[in-house]
Amino acid sequence: MSTKDDQNGTDGNRTEDRHGLNRRDFIKTSALGMAAVAAGPWIGGFARAQDTIRIGFPVPLTGPYGSEAKEQAACAQIAIDEFNAAGGLDGRMAELLVRDDKLKPGEAAKRTLELIEKDGVDFVCGSLSASVQLAVNSVATERGIIYNSISQSDTINEASDFTKYTFHEAMNPHMTAGTAGDYAFSRNQGKKVAYLVADYAYGHEMMRGFKVAGEQYGMETVAEVIHPLAAQDFSTFLPRIMAAGPDILCLCNFGLDQLNSIKQAHSFGMKESMQLVAPALLYNQRLAGGPDVFEGVVGAANYHWTLEDSVATAKTFNDKYRERHDGAPPSDYGAYGYAGVGALLQAAKDAGTTRSDPVVEAMEALKYNLYKGPEYFRQCDHQAVQSVLVVESKPASAMRNEYDVFEVKEVREASESMLRSCEALGHKA
Amino acid sequence: MATKNSRTERLATNDIPISGRRVAAALHAVARHRVLAVLVLLAIFPWLMPYKALAVDILLYGLFAMGFNLIFGYTGMLSFGHAAFFGTGAYATGIAMVHFNVPWFGAMALGLVIVAAVAAVIGLLATRTRGIYFAMVTLALGQLVYYAVYQMTELSGGENGLRGIQVSELSVLGVPVNLLDPVNKYYFMLAFIGPAIWVFSRILASPFGAVLEAIRENENRARACGYNVAQTKWVAFLLSGLFCGVAGSLSAIHLSIVPIESLHYHTSGLAVMMSLLGGMGTFFGPFIGAFVFLLLEDVITNITVHWQLFLGTLFVLFVLFLPKGIWGTLLERLGR
Amino acid sequence: MAGYPIELIVMQLFTGLALGTVFVLLAVGLSMVFGLLTVVNFAHGAFYTVGAYTGVFLFGLTGNFWVCLVGVPLVVGTIGLVVERFLVRPLYGRGIDYPLLLTFGLAYVLVELVRIAFGTSGVPFSAPPSLQGALNLGFGYFPLYRVFLVGFTTVLLIGLWLFIERTRYGLVIRAGARDPEIVRVLGIDVSRVWLLVFGLGTAVAGLAGLLAAPMRGVIPEMGIPVLVEAFVVTVVGGMGSLAGAVVAGLLVGVVVSMTSLFAPAFADMSMFALMALVLVIRPQGLFGRAGLMGG
Repeated sequence: MSTKDDQNGTDGNRTEDRHGLNRRDFIKTSALGMAAVAAGPWIGGFARAQDTIRIGFPVPLTGPYGSEAKEQAACAQIAIDEFNAAGGLDGRMAELLVRDDKLKPGEAAKRTLELIEKDGVDFVCGSLSASVQLAVNSVATERGIIYNSISQSDTINEASDFTKYTFHEAMNPHMTAGTAGDYAFSRNQGKKVAYLVADYAYGHEMMRGFKVAGEQYGMETVAEVIHPLAAQDFSTFLPRIMAAGPDILCLCNFGLDQLNSIKQAHSFGMKESMQLVAPALLYNQRLAGGPDVFEGVVGAANYHWTLEDSVATAKTFNDKYRERHDGAPPSDYGAYGYAGVGALLQAAKDAGTTRSDPVVEAMEALKYNLYKGPEYFRQCDHQAVQSVLVVESKPASAMRNEYDVFEVKEVREASESMLRSCEALGHKA
Repeated sequence: MATKNSRTERLATNDIPISGRRVAAALHAVARHRVLAVLVLLAIFPWLMPYKALAVDILLYGLFAMGFNLIFGYTGMLSFGHAAFFGTGAYATGIAMVHFNVPWFGAMALGLVIVAAVAAVIGLLATRTRGIYFAMVTLALGQLVYYAVYQMTELSGGENGLRGIQVSELSVLGVPVNLLDPVNKYYFMLAFIGPAIWVFSRILASPFGAVLEAIRENENRARACGYNVAQTKWVAFLLSGLFCGVAGSLSAIHLSIVPIESLHYHTSGLAVMMSLLGGMGTFFGPFIGAFVFLLLEDVITNITVHWQLFLGTLFVLFVLFLPKGIWGTLLERLGR
Repeated sequence: MAGYPIELIVMQLFTGLALGTVFVLLAVGLSMVFGLLTVVNFAHGAFYTVGAYTGVFLFGLTGNFWVCLVGVPLVVGTIGLVVERFLVRPLYGRGIDYPLLLTFGLAYVLVELVRIAFGTSGVPFSAPPSLQGALNLGFGYFPLYRVFLVGFTTVLLIGLWLFIERTRYGLVIRAGARDPEIVRVLGIDVSRVWLLVFGLGTAVAGLAGLLAAPMRGVIPEMGIPVLVEAFVVTVVGGMGSLAGAVVAGLLVGVVVSMTSLFAPAFADMSMFALMALVLVIRPQGLFGRAGLMGG
């Protein structure tokens, strides 16, 4: 017994010694490491060339939409490179400063402050969620910096959040839900509609868009089921929808919520008795969900790469992207990054300066066709008026290749009639 | 640098060389005049940072972690619900300014009253429990506040967060100040955080502070000595919540928005991380923790998208090898 | 929108119970480690994520769901063993906050490693063809896979219960949780028991991740809400009580389901309200022993 205790004792001492050593090494190494790493951020400030055009680009590189964010940044870089290759603005080159907003509005606000205070950016473009976009908008425009937003929201168009420096390249939920709804309702699949709505502004905005579109077809609402944002399990929300027996189910949610709800609706066998409609049917979510789960789901999109068959600029854009990404085509949300930065740079070129006020005027006068056909910004709310695609998810058997996930059913041409009126948004004009 | 020359091994054997002793003496001096020392450093701090918004952030989260440390480090109760006070302070101040046009100082005062009420209620329920249960009750109650504010869409903006806090023309004692200017904003914040640090220091030095530490070391003995443990815990919880509320209130002015995430338990987790990193139960620990955490996060985020790998590893290493945190370990090494 | 027909109420109740079994599955690993080791495993959700991705990886290799069902707990359990031996063990006796804080940091590391290995966006994962489709229960259709899950979880729980209550090893585990000192005096190596329990807890967490993968999306962040759900169930049921975890899981499932029907916007909140209520009325949880880990 005593020998065992002795052994234990020595063991204990040895462990302590080892820990002591480790601990010291750890302190030394970490101190050195910290010093080296910490020197980084101060250096950037001195080395920058004064005359570059700097565009801040806060996107959620970490978090569930990391791959969308990376594509947005990659596409934005294409726009930068094109601009520089064409000689820039009287020789002034452009530079993209990508920052990680982590999909958190607080972090995004801080990153935007960094971009403005430390990097002295001329413009800000980016973000991938309504709350983040509103935060960036608040911080940038308050300081007279133009912000071109590339994620969906109705709120940003409204007079309370809009400023003259606010621009919105992405579509808004009113457009997408309106278009997807109009397409689905017009096909005489029945009059009964159910809504599954994520409980945040964006979700309710989509439902409103659907209802406006449904008026002229006399659609009848049989169920409105609200679910918490980022719900994991939709099984408790689906029975009520099934009991209501709708002909069409409108999914007013986004991204992972959309993926999870479609996945679980599919497992409940709901797709056999009703048509699923998703206003923002995402390319990447479809890749993550697989063809079987999404088969037959109808939705709206800003872009699908097969648009290249009919639109020349789409072909040019796709080819440039493919060249850099082993032949993979760009995604819908990635394309927003290209258009958002492209529009800013083109306006700066037109204005002959990067000062905010003249560029705002140039943006308002801008007619551009970067990747999907003609676009322009509406005067009152700076919403990009653009075409909306109606797409349907293909079954695995109909896919030509792994990227061929959607069939473009219709292209609704750009028109202000898709938007809410300026008065409805609280604007005077 | 004197510290560089002094070998760490010799420090460990208590054979402190002259240069080391000088550092120790300097640190002693800092510890004696801790409020003054910290104020001098804070006055020049923004120019030491890569950008000034980060300096403001470190200040705010330092105050948040300091308030949290009163309950965690000094009283020994691990709370996962302190985001409720940070967030409530931010929302109450912001909502008063945006929806009711209350001037900023009135809005801040109102924010503190509301934080006090929330902290009083949560404290009453939570301080009845101990240990892990305390952590869980505070987590649950904190999340209830989160959902409650989330559902008050008309006032709080819900998921979109609260926007529209105007800070470009604040009147400070009749003088208009533009807080969009980062330097103005920093000193505006310091004008609140400086006195808060002083008050915190007074609380710790008071008999009340001694009772708190007595409870942390041995609750039963403290009770046997005739102290009202339950009431002391509750008061400590309330005070702790108030400091976090001030930090939140200032953060609303700092960002001119209030994101819903400020109420989420992840924000509570930040306070835990910062306190641990800096040194729980030490006066400067939370500020140093906030400084290291935010600076490292800022720097690593710009280098790699895998920043969580580094922060997570660092955290694990700290728990294993430096449980007293940076400042706590430094004091232990040199302070004796 | 008419009232609520009785079929809907029945269906909703059933859905709640089925969801409850998912909650039980999510919580049981956490509860075991909690109760027997007094370790609050904040990396539980991360082990769940690792389990789902290990499943995706093994499925890619073998194409067989049933192989994954065996392989995943083995892989994740082994990771758990390593974590206990080298990271958690040095912290025993340092107070219950330390393992909690360590696993808090570890969760970040594990999830980030998953991101590095499998990317940030989700990967597709479906139930095996034999478990796809919906079953007619008389009062409504219900996914076959969820029915399977209820059955599987029941079998798993009975197995765990038999192991802990009826085997010699289980006896040692229970004794170790009550009084490690006495067990050590009796000449039993308690540290090996703790190692085993931690490994078992993480194996079950990994299994839960695999089983949830066909229902919920497989993404690196999938474990974050799970951690919270598992905590709620564990705390409501009483830490370390298997029976408590089962009753609490089912209770939480039904409460969430009924709130989803009558006040869907508050479905998330209902869970925390229930937990707060239980903690205020009966702080040790429904089946918990008072005094355990109070200090």
